[in-house]
Amino acid sequence: MDEARTSRRGPSPRLWLAGGWLLLALLAAIFAPLVAPQDPLAQDLMLERLPPFWLDGAEPGYWLGTDSLGRDLLSRLIFGGRIAFIVAFAAAIAACLVGSTLGLIAGYFGGWADRIISRVVDIWMAFPPVLFAILLVAVLGTGLSSVILAIAIIDWTRFCRVIRAEAMGQSRMDYVENARIAGYGRIGIMLREVLPNVVPSIVALLSLEMGIAVIVEAILSFVNLSISTDDPTWGSIIAEGRLSIHQAWWVLVFPLITLILTVLSFSQFGEALKARFDPVLR
Amino acid sequence: MSACLDIANLSAVLPNGQRVLRSVSLAVQPGEVRALVGESGAGKTMIGKAVLGVLPSSVRLVEGDMLLEGEDLGRLQPKARRTLIGARTALIPQDPLTALNPSRRIGPQMTDRLVRILGWSGEKADRRTRQLLDEVQIRDPERVLKSYPHELSGGMRQRVLIAAAFAAEPRLIVADEPTTALDVTVQKQILRLIAALQREHGTAILFVTHDLGVVAKISQKVSVLYAGKVVEEADTAALFAAPQHAYTRALMAATPRYTDPFASLKPVDGAVLAGLAAEIAAADLAWRRPHG
Repeated sequence: MDEARTSRRGPSPRLWLAGGWLLLALLAAIFAPLVAPQDPLAQDLMLERLPPFWLDGAEPGYWLGTDSLGRDLLSRLIFGGRIAFIVAFAAAIAACLVGSTLGLIAGYFGGWADRIISRVVDIWMAFPPVLFAILLVAVLGTGLSSVILAIAIIDWTRFCRVIRAEAMGQSRMDYVENARIAGYGRIGIMLREVLPNVVPSIVALLSLEMGIAVIVEAILSFVNLSISTDDPTWGSIIAEGRLSIHQAWWVLVFPLITLILTVLSFSQFGEALKARFDPVLR
Repeated sequence: MSACLDIANLSAVLPNGQRVLRSVSLAVQPGEVRALVGESGAGKTMIGKAVLGVLPSSVRLVEGDMLLEGEDLGRLQPKARRTLIGARTALIPQDPLTALNPSRRIGPQMTDRLVRILGWSGEKADRRTRQLLDEVQIRDPERVLKSYPHELSGGMRQRVLIAAAFAAEPRLIVADEPTTALDVTVQKQILRLIAALQREHGTAILFVTHDLGVVAKISQKVSVLYAGKVVEEADTAALFAAPQHAYTRALMAATPRYTDPFASLKPVDGAVLAGLAAEIAAADLAWRRPHG
């Protein structure tokens, strides 16, 4: 039966393309010291602003060219991916845990719990997110953990809102009432009956949020508020590339493409996973 | 012998003070089917929900007693009440589409409950579940147990729910319009099935419906409800032979006759409703006075 179902639906190119890119980028980031062709921090003024490999004047071993200090762009992108993925996973999971838990409680219990949580979310969302992030990092100090913390603090509301609405809808279903009649406790019903039905949305949001975390991290490095100026991050490479756009367009364009592909893949991967997880859509 | 369910003088109000149940009294004897008939909004479902302890939080019970096999539900601690209701009652719901958890397979949904309510072993619960699926004439229990609810038709799901309701051997089942959401052809089968299982298991049923035809087929006793008030209560045979209350007669007159499909539908007689409204208004006034 499972086979029949899969063949009827056909393979999902969205899932494989997005997942494939993410896997490639993730593996490259994990094994960065092995796969990066050059040292990402090694400067060589003799090799400054080398073009990518298919243009005249390219040097072998510097596939995507070099920046204005002669550092290899591909190696910097690969090492930048490490920070991008660490931030994406840690921040998204933290935001997910806080937001989904509060959303589930608000949606299932309703009443006072819902009123308090919803008001907090409303107030939270009145802050412009990027400004809020910059402010938070300024207060917490720069560094990997404060970037992760800042993103989680800002974006838990995204999970909370969606999961609250879903949990609320599920709680009105007769199967929840049936479980009440059978004598299950409220927390038990929330975890056993309601939670499995909101998991597909949590998965989709989690993946989407990873993409958003990558963007926010890039924005923070762009304004020089992220990790440190030495370690390459996609945002800091973009910031440097912006300055030399007329002399070396590749320093801006390649990190942008990497960023866009990664963010897009996260959101598409999430949507495709949701369809897989959801027994009704399946 | 004490009644399986004994409701005495039950009243419920909405937050705006409006009464939705007006001193309802009714009893269901062990093994008996009592139909609760009335128009939409008459409070039929509300009574069922009150018994099962799942009233919406906005509805408040203000007076009256509910005795389940002699135990006063109002006197019990919430936890003890939940346990008692869970062990002795079950619901056959109106809408089989939303009454099963869409993300869990049928098998675990059914057996979990037996393990939880009766403390059975998983193996025993599994055997019981299969036996019940057989009783509701599901031919392919293996497939059904492995299915997700959306993979079954509405009629199949209602069969599963009926099997689930009877599985834990409850003393009382509240059937809340169990055939309303189904095709006419399936309705008859489901009704027969409920009647058969009821006889076999000797379960008392509070059967909520708006359909007098169903009442005649399945029940021994009837309570006719209007605006949260029991206007007439009788043996089913006696009620159909000689309805006493003007509203019951009007309701029967309004039932469509299939022998004359082109006759226009008749509403319930307006004069009867006006009389009832006045009666209820007077009763409400009298009810409010001693309560301040």
